[in-house]
Amino acid sequence: MKLTVGPNQFFWKPEEWSAFYTALAEAPVERVVLGELVCSKRLPFYQDRIPAAIEALQGAGKAVAVTSLALITLKRERKLSAELIEAGVEVEINDLTMLAYLPEGAGFSVGPLVNVYNDSTLSWLAGRGATSICLPPELPLDSVERLAHLGRDLGVAIEVWGHGRVPLAISGRCYHARLHGHSKDNCRFACEDDPDGLKLATLEGQDFLAINGVQTLSDSFACADHQIERLRETGVTRVRLSPHSGDFAAVCALYRARIDGQIERGAVAGALKTMQPGIPLSDGFLTGTRGAEWSGDSARTSSTT
Amino acid sequence: MVMEIVCPAGTPASLRAAVKAGAHTVYCGFADETNARNFPGLNFDRDEIRDGIAFAHDHGAKVLVAINTFPRAGAEPLWHRALADAESAGADAVILADLGLLAHAAQHHPNLRRHLSVQAAAANADMINFYARAFGVKRVVLPRVLSVQEITAINAETEVETEVFVFGGLCVMAEGRCMLSSYATGQSPNMNGVCSPASHVDYHDEAGALSARLGGYTIHQVAAGEPAPYPTLCKGCFQAGEKTGHLFEDPVSLNAETLIPQLAEAGVTALKIEGRQRSRAYVAKVVRNFRAAVDAQAAGLPMPEGMLASLTEGQAATAGAYKKTWR
Amino acid sequence: MSSQSVHLPLFPRLPALALRWVPVTPLSMALAGFARHLAQRHPGMFRRLGRYDQTRFVLDPTDLPISILLEPRGGKPRLYLSRRKLRGDARIAGPLAGLLGMVHGTYDGDALFFSRDLLIEGDTAAVLALRNAIDDAELDLSAEAQAMSGPFAAQVKRLIALAEARTGVALSRHEEIDGW
Repeated sequence: MKLTVGPNQFFWKPEEWSAFYTALAEAPVERVVLGELVCSKRLPFYQDRIPAAIEALQGAGKAVAVTSLALITLKRERKLSAELIEAGVEVEINDLTMLAYLPEGAGFSVGPLVNVYNDSTLSWLAGRGATSICLPPELPLDSVERLAHLGRDLGVAIEVWGHGRVPLAISGRCYHARLHGHSKDNCRFACEDDPDGLKLATLEGQDFLAINGVQTLSDSFACADHQIERLRETGVTRVRLSPHSGDFAAVCALYRARIDGQIERGAVAGALKTMQPGIPLSDGFLTGTRGAEWSGDSARTSSTT
Repeated sequence: MVMEIVCPAGTPASLRAAVKAGAHTVYCGFADETNARNFPGLNFDRDEIRDGIAFAHDHGAKVLVAINTFPRAGAEPLWHRALADAESAGADAVILADLGLLAHAAQHHPNLRRHLSVQAAAANADMINFYARAFGVKRVVLPRVLSVQEITAINAETEVETEVFVFGGLCVMAEGRCMLSSYATGQSPNMNGVCSPASHVDYHDEAGALSARLGGYTIHQVAAGEPAPYPTLCKGCFQAGEKTGHLFEDPVSLNAETLIPQLAEAGVTALKIEGRQRSRAYVAKVVRNFRAAVDAQAAGLPMPEGMLASLTEGQAATAGAYKKTWR
Repeated sequence: MSSQSVHLPLFPRLPALALRWVPVTPLSMALAGFARHLAQRHPGMFRRLGRYDQTRFVLDPTDLPISILLEPRGGKPRLYLSRRKLRGDARIAGPLAGLLGMVHGTYDGDALFFSRDLLIEGDTAAVLALRNAIDDAELDLSAEAQAMSGPFAAQVKRLIALAEARTGVALSRHEEIDGW
């Protein structure tokens, strides 16, 4: 199985953004998707750094793709999105608007924010030129298995969300701006102080979600540690790691070691908990009764999960 | 021209109530996970939908069948049967969201009119035109995130009819792209046709103070006598940073009654009322009100006074994104 | 923003007080017969309950000193009335006018709940199923009572009309359009 690093979902300072991709060039991953996913207003701050990052990653032997926005509405965003096709790099579509711009027959990849739930949709996208699909994070393992088989038959690489806060919703409204009492148009980039999103808790203090501008994520970090074998059996060929602050190259190395069989099941989760004490993990979308569940809680008592 | 009023019907009784109250069009769904209001005790079996359509047609009204969830891998025949049965029952159109299901409908039911559900979150003219080209979509239900100005711009760039929500529940997230509910409960709008399902709701009343939990997460607490909204995740009361409150959206519902003239001006074809989960009493009252409003609009008369406040969730209403206060 | 609440008539105190003393067994038996009658006339209502057709519902008119246990039992319903606090899987509490008004399509259940006129405890999904099933059945309890009263139908009708006028409680179905 290969590792893909997805686009950074958060708003980082330009220097930190560059440093992240410089370090990533040395990390044991095969594929990197970069660019702005969440908010078009962030792009001007680091847009000019993208070509150098692409070059460095490609120079290090990695496949590179650029992502579309997750929600394309404004005229400016439509123009930006149409121009993405001409960037000369593979495009990962995360909003179906992109299909309006992609020339018939051009190859592309499909990101986790496009609704691919069944055979017909996968087949249609494959026919339109999709070469790889990262499935929506909420898909249960049964669906993943079926789509992975179909993907193999159609020559489409199937990827699942493996690490990082899970993107749960996208909105026309900016929650960071709302929290700080600003309007969306005059948001003053309230999201820049939260490089991993801002924790949101219930009235009783239970950690629940995280907000990131117009995006809402899980508070917990997805972690596919306990599912690697099953994912491999189902025919999944790639696991997606979503960028976070901290030593992300080390996180990549952990998953690489886990996939290569150098460390045991549970070792990634254990190491993550050492690196970030108190980090909540989840893998419930794949095998649990709900997304927030973590099979690591029961792993000690049950070895069959 | 009179704008078309598109009304919800969760049961055959609601369908009849809506038609009698003056609905031009009614939308409904089958009693299973093929539609986005898959709630206990709600929706239509095959005979009921056939009878409902016949009743509506006898009274000069149309019926749209919502098949607007995303078919589960391996279970697609259930959705395909829903399409075939809607067509044979005489549905005037189906409301679809899934790419694969649209492709299937275009290929196997070319004469069945296709509307694009709000669950497809088509929020710009390029995407709408793509659906028209690829699958022959004739009408799009616009997401509830657009301003009147943006709707005007979309209509200028597309031949596809537009339908907009004017009353009822208000999604703040892009519809069809929200997994908050399945994160907390395992039941999602996309896969199961339910958001914040009642089966995972737990109310707790203590000395008049009501606290509502969803999947074990406290969504809100209200003091005695305060209005209590349904514990929908994105309308909950939470804390982040130094703030506590309705961080996503206040528990208000949409009422764009007063914007009907502007929406007509913007080129909107149809006005949609949310609420297949509400009672026939609600449906009748809202429909009657909106029918009077569009008739007045078409006749060049002033909008009748609103009288729907008591029906709204949390008993407060907003004009939502239409007035662009979100920006 | 605007705010407005539903004004529900309360059951008059004197007859309500009387219910504290009169024997409830005959009333309970009459209700049980009424439930069987409804089941025969509205089988679709019980089908609509789906997986909740075995749920035990407690209906609690808060302006009366009694509560009612409704067991749909898959179309063989049982109604039981008691002055004691009854236990079930789900409880719906509110003024009698609200409960009956919901049955008759006079009030919208959601609106009554949002305004706190109704209180729901226990299995919320079951309550939703019951509400939807009853809403679709277009029940008219007054007409049903007349139908099972045989030769006394006219008297029952007059009695109900009188009670309706005196209490303001919707004891029969009115067209949805006129109810508000």
